[in-house]
Amino acid sequence: MWTWFHKLASPPHAYRILGRIAPWFGWSSLALILLATWWGLVRAPADYQQGDGFRILYVHAPSAWMSMFTYVVMAVAAAVGLVWRIKLAHAAAAACAPIGASFTFLALATGSIWGKPMWGTWWVWDARLTSELLLLFLYLGYMALRASFDDPQRADRASAVLAIVGVINVPIIHYSVEWWTTLHQPASVTKLDKPSIQIAMLIPLFIMMAGFQLYFGWAISRRLRGEILRRERNAGWLKEAS
Amino acid sequence: MIRTPIREAAKLVFTRDLTLAWRRWDEVAQPLIFYVVVTTMFPLATTPDMSALREISGGVVWVAALLASLLALEALFRADVEDGTMEQWVLSGQPLGWLLLAKVAAHWVLTGLPLVVMSPIVGTGLGLPYDAWGVLMLSLLLGTGTLSVLGGIGAALTVGVRRGSVLLSLLVLPLAMPLLIFGARAVGMQMDGDSPAGPLQLLAAIFFMALSLGPIAMSAAIRISVEN
Amino acid sequence: MDLRTFFEMGGYAEYVWPAYGLTALILIWNTWSALHSETEAQDAARRRLELARENRS
Repeated sequence: MWTWFHKLASPPHAYRILGRIAPWFGWSSLALILLATWWGLVRAPADYQQGDGFRILYVHAPSAWMSMFTYVVMAVAAAVGLVWRIKLAHAAAAACAPIGASFTFLALATGSIWGKPMWGTWWVWDARLTSELLLLFLYLGYMALRASFDDPQRADRASAVLAIVGVINVPIIHYSVEWWTTLHQPASVTKLDKPSIQIAMLIPLFIMMAGFQLYFGWAISRRLRGEILRRERNAGWLKEAS
Repeated sequence: MIRTPIREAAKLVFTRDLTLAWRRWDEVAQPLIFYVVVTTMFPLATTPDMSALREISGGVVWVAALLASLLALEALFRADVEDGTMEQWVLSGQPLGWLLLAKVAAHWVLTGLPLVVMSPIVGTGLGLPYDAWGVLMLSLLLGTGTLSVLGGIGAALTVGVRRGSVLLSLLVLPLAMPLLIFGARAVGMQMDGDSPAGPLQLLAAIFFMALSLGPIAMSAAIRISVEN
Repeated sequence: MDLRTFFEMGGYAEYVWPAYGLTALILIWNTWSALHSETEAQDAARRRLELARENRS
């Protein structure tokens, strides 16, 4: 089992495999995202309270989910890289950051857009949006720290420490922000949470989630291949690769 | 090889930092002055009406304390890394976490503690009532202590980076948001007549967690910054 | 759902369409960025190999 693991962690091997699986991830994610879009915009029934406005859920919820999923993957990869000194893991963490940050931004933007017709303002300090905002800060800090080092090894390891400290903080942040919002008993219940949801409305959500996950797989494969090449400065296997 | 017991080594570090700072007291005064200046900005920017200011007094004092603490944090490890002392510590075989914690403790005594002591005064300027002083100071005691540890991690990560102070703030502030939430709310609840026990206990829990896990992260970060 | 309802989204069109449009934009940007990062790294690696080859000969 360990030989398989070691083989996987070998950059040339990973480079090859990622190159082979990326197209599968890519096309399947495209298909599912398009299917989910059509289903969510056309086939799913309108919500009792929010009408057709609730359809934003189908892009907002998957983005929010992916933003958090990516951060955890990033932190785990960073921890693996730090503890076992596996360069590939550091490369994976680096590849996650821009993907996660853009999902976070998307979650914030779609959440804000959704909020306007529902609550009347472009921004509300509700628990979920505020937590997403703080998550965006964590991503930006991680990327800024990485960029500030000239030495790539130092950049890898320093940002790994930051990612681990950050991931420990994420549940604390979530809890504190939730606690903070419940204190003030908002007049309107968070409609973002649960439109009167029926199964027929959930299906496009699941399809979109799956599509986004597969998209993550594609994006990570492509970025990781780039990171591997950047890190393997003078290795002989590069000759075969090109 | 004669090895100094870590307790003594840590105490040496602690007293050395305090002594060094005593000779440069103006550096210690700067964050404190910043603290007062920033809290003065809020009434100027909003309203001189005390009853309105009272509403946000706890929050403003807390924000100003966080910012003032951050200002002072950048220099925490810089001097020792630059002159090679830190490298000696890493090589010394002593438990690095304890030495770093001693430094952070000295730093807190020089920056965090004065902020805590000054807080009732600046708070009063914002309409904070006398019966909230205790909660304000206790929450800031725990909060600035935690921030010193978090800031220590950030400072250790950014010690080699040029103009690292803004980066340091960017890294530490999001992590400090829960402190701000619980600390400011504790003061607010006390002013409203509710018991601040809940948030204070959470602040204490976070503080002890930072105290126990922080040194591990700090020594990992220092090793990364110092090793070649 | 007929075409008109589709475009109007029950009156919420000015919110739904920008939201989906932004999603498409972000996904497209991410796609371009990931591919660009990969091809740029490949070009750089290729260049390094050529330089090494030249230095040896």
